[in-house]
Amino acid sequence: MTHPSDTGTAPVLALKDVSKSFGAVRALRDVSLELFPGEVHALAGENGAGKSTLIKTLAGVHRPDAGQVLLDGAPVVFHGPGDARDAGIAVIYQEPTLFPDLSIAENIFMGRRPRRTFGRIDHRATYAATADLMLRLGVELDPDRPARGLSIADQQIVEIAKALSFDARVLIMDEPTAALTGSEVARLFGVVRTLREQGAAVLFISHRLEEMFRICRRVTTLRDGARIASEPLEGMTEDDLVRRMVGRDLDELYPKQEVAPGETALSVRRLTREGVFTDVSFDVRRGEIVALSGLVGAGRTEVARAVFGIDRWDAGQVEVDGRPLVNGAPSTAMAAGLALVPEDRRAQGLVMDMSIERNIGLTGLRSSVRAGLVDRGAERSRSLDWAVRLQVKYARIADTVATLSGGNQQKVVLAKWLATGPKVLIVDEPTRGIDVGTKAEVHRLLSQLAADGVAVLMISSDLPEVLGMADRVLVMHEGRLTAEISRTDATEEAVMAAATGRAAA
Amino acid sequence: MADSPLTRAARRSVSLRWDGAVGALLVVVLLLSFGFVDGFGNALNLSFLIGNTLPIALIALPMTLLVVSGEIDLSVASTAGLSGAVMGALWNQGMTIEVIIPVCLLLGVVCGLVNGLLVTRLGLPSLAVTIGTMAAYRGIAQIVLGSDAVTDFPAQYLDFAAGRIDGTFVPYAFLPFLVLLAVAVVALHAMPFGRALFAIGAGEEAARFAGIRVKRQKLILFTVTGLMSSLTGVFWALHYASARYDNAMGLELSVVAAVLLGGIDFDGGKGTLGGAIAGVFLLGALQNVMSLVNVSAQSQIVVTGVLLVVSVLGPRVARQISVARAGRRAGAAPRSKTPAPTP
Repeated sequence: MTHPSDTGTAPVLALKDVSKSFGAVRALRDVSLELFPGEVHALAGENGAGKSTLIKTLAGVHRPDAGQVLLDGAPVVFHGPGDARDAGIAVIYQEPTLFPDLSIAENIFMGRRPRRTFGRIDHRATYAATADLMLRLGVELDPDRPARGLSIADQQIVEIAKALSFDARVLIMDEPTAALTGSEVARLFGVVRTLREQGAAVLFISHRLEEMFRICRRVTTLRDGARIASEPLEGMTEDDLVRRMVGRDLDELYPKQEVAPGETALSVRRLTREGVFTDVSFDVRRGEIVALSGLVGAGRTEVARAVFGIDRWDAGQVEVDGRPLVNGAPSTAMAAGLALVPEDRRAQGLVMDMSIERNIGLTGLRSSVRAGLVDRGAERSRSLDWAVRLQVKYARIADTVATLSGGNQQKVVLAKWLATGPKVLIVDEPTRGIDVGTKAEVHRLLSQLAADGVAVLMISSDLPEVLGMADRVLVMHEGRLTAEISRTDATEEAVMAAATGRAAA
Repeated sequence: MADSPLTRAARRSVSLRWDGAVGALLVVVLLLSFGFVDGFGNALNLSFLIGNTLPIALIALPMTLLVVSGEIDLSVASTAGLSGAVMGALWNQGMTIEVIIPVCLLLGVVCGLVNGLLVTRLGLPSLAVTIGTMAAYRGIAQIVLGSDAVTDFPAQYLDFAAGRIDGTFVPYAFLPFLVLLAVAVVALHAMPFGRALFAIGAGEEAARFAGIRVKRQKLILFTVTGLMSSLTGVFWALHYASARYDNAMGLELSVVAAVLLGGIDFDGGKGTLGGAIAGVFLLGALQNVMSLVNVSAQSQIVVTGVLLVVSVLGPRVARQISVARAGRRAGAAPRSKTPAPTP
């Protein structure tokens, strides 16, 4: 087994010293990457390390500020995703977007179906071409079947087939396995091996390290937008890889304080929202950090929304400090001492066009009131106080939150909710898309809040974060709570097993 | 849509400057008219100007709040017409005016409530809903009164609606308007209710996640808009001493044009009541001057329509220019339209 770069083959696609900034955020710094034909190449890095930006640069979505994209050794400029696709580069996303009412064959040949005379669509040719693609991939899927109802795994296969129909030579797979079961992963890897043997270059992104070792030959690690290393995986251990990704001691990133839990603060009983989640019951006690884990789409966010009152529940009960909450009423949930830091910071957490001051003030519109009018002095001092406490980096408190970096925006969301003095804090993906430094700050803050007696419910797709911060891990699978794992028993394997529905117990 | 921080900063400064610019423009138009338009400066004409602008101003108050919250109501003129028609019909039935007026106001509340329920309960876009009710309310007005014109309302009411404070050009009706204006300013700019409206207009989902009762607030606004529209309808019938089904026809165009001219962002979340009222009186003054120099009513509508388009377009063009300038100042290449990364 010789390394492709040793055989004299030229890289099919490469990045050379590519930099890309968004405002003050330097997403990529002088990153180089070479993809060889017949190679499966892993891209490793934490959330926010720059993986998405790198993928989007390869796919023609972003244009680099500096550096070059090289196709077969020659510099190219992609003016859009269409250019990259025409150059033979295809991206398979975690959750494919197919037209549900069209057949598999129609989805694959969307907009460019074979024609017969007078421009009539040649259905038989479309079918045959699709069947041929499925044969090449070694997968049995009926081309006439509508996309609706296909599993995510099957939808990905359709996307891959579509990529092949464009004669793609480079396949970029962005966390394709995140929502797949074990056997589906095995089938996907079979397809990937087939593609590799047919000479395609595959860039593979996954949060599951063992998968990288299973299928990839080399790995490129990113941290804070810079390339740390490109090297063969052979001979490396998972610990080596984590050290390159994190670049620091894990204890520092997850400063967990030991707290003796107090009374139950949040109690969720048999909560059900039809077709979304079913019979969910759990408690969170004062001083506890409880993680709600599971795959994307398992119903975690939906449970949080219902508890806070954004969506109504169909059955069940929620209590804060023993008092039941009104169904579908966020304002009463807030009054009871509940706070929700939502998943989508830009749409749900903040009003992007409003100032830092007013955003933090939004949760205090009813408390900072004198004689029925907003007390601007009280509003300003409340906002300043919390912005300073959370060390938000800003120029003026009257600046719009849109001028802040992602991490500082997240701090404003936290400030907005901590200013309400919550008894129960629900955080949904609290560190998604923010830099490692701020991430550690957010973790320290959550830990401190728990120590001060707040009950924290943390939804996170970031497994190290879950394992590093939680006293208990609740796992959801397909709308049901499938496992509760104590801190001592919580391992990546145990959580993933429960999340994918393979729980032994 | 995600804009770059630069665009946002530029938009903010543009919206602030726009208010001031409209106020300054109003002063300039008034000064020029005093100087150069025959018959503009006499007391009778000034009282006509204010009296004819009051219907626009009255409806502009709730309309400003509505547009700030990201909604719109185009049925306001029809609601006014309907109240006038019902007023005339009930007067013909022999009911006393003291009973009729509360009934008309209640009818306005119902009209507004219907709009509000359709928008908040069924989640329909207010633009479509109120175009529908605009036609429906006007149609009902015609059914109620036919082509009659009722003119014989009690003299003391007609006198109040058309009269002026002794020795001045200020109509009596301007005083209650000032009270309503003060209430609206406080409600929008100083009360939690109004503060929340800005959040709703600029980011409805974020407002909901901050515990703001978005639907309730919108329902209240539509209802108040209905009430103010019917109040305007009653005022209109008395002011012009004529209740007809086609009273206040097309007034919604003037109201929306004036509010947007005053710097209220059509997309919601931005603007001040001061700007909106400056827009109202700027439009009123222009309409008055056009009448004095014998511009036909049809041509005036053309001008109002053009003003509406300009006031939607103007801030956008100004924003583009200031973004381009800011970009040059920063010495940066043109900003990419791509939203910030979400790795």
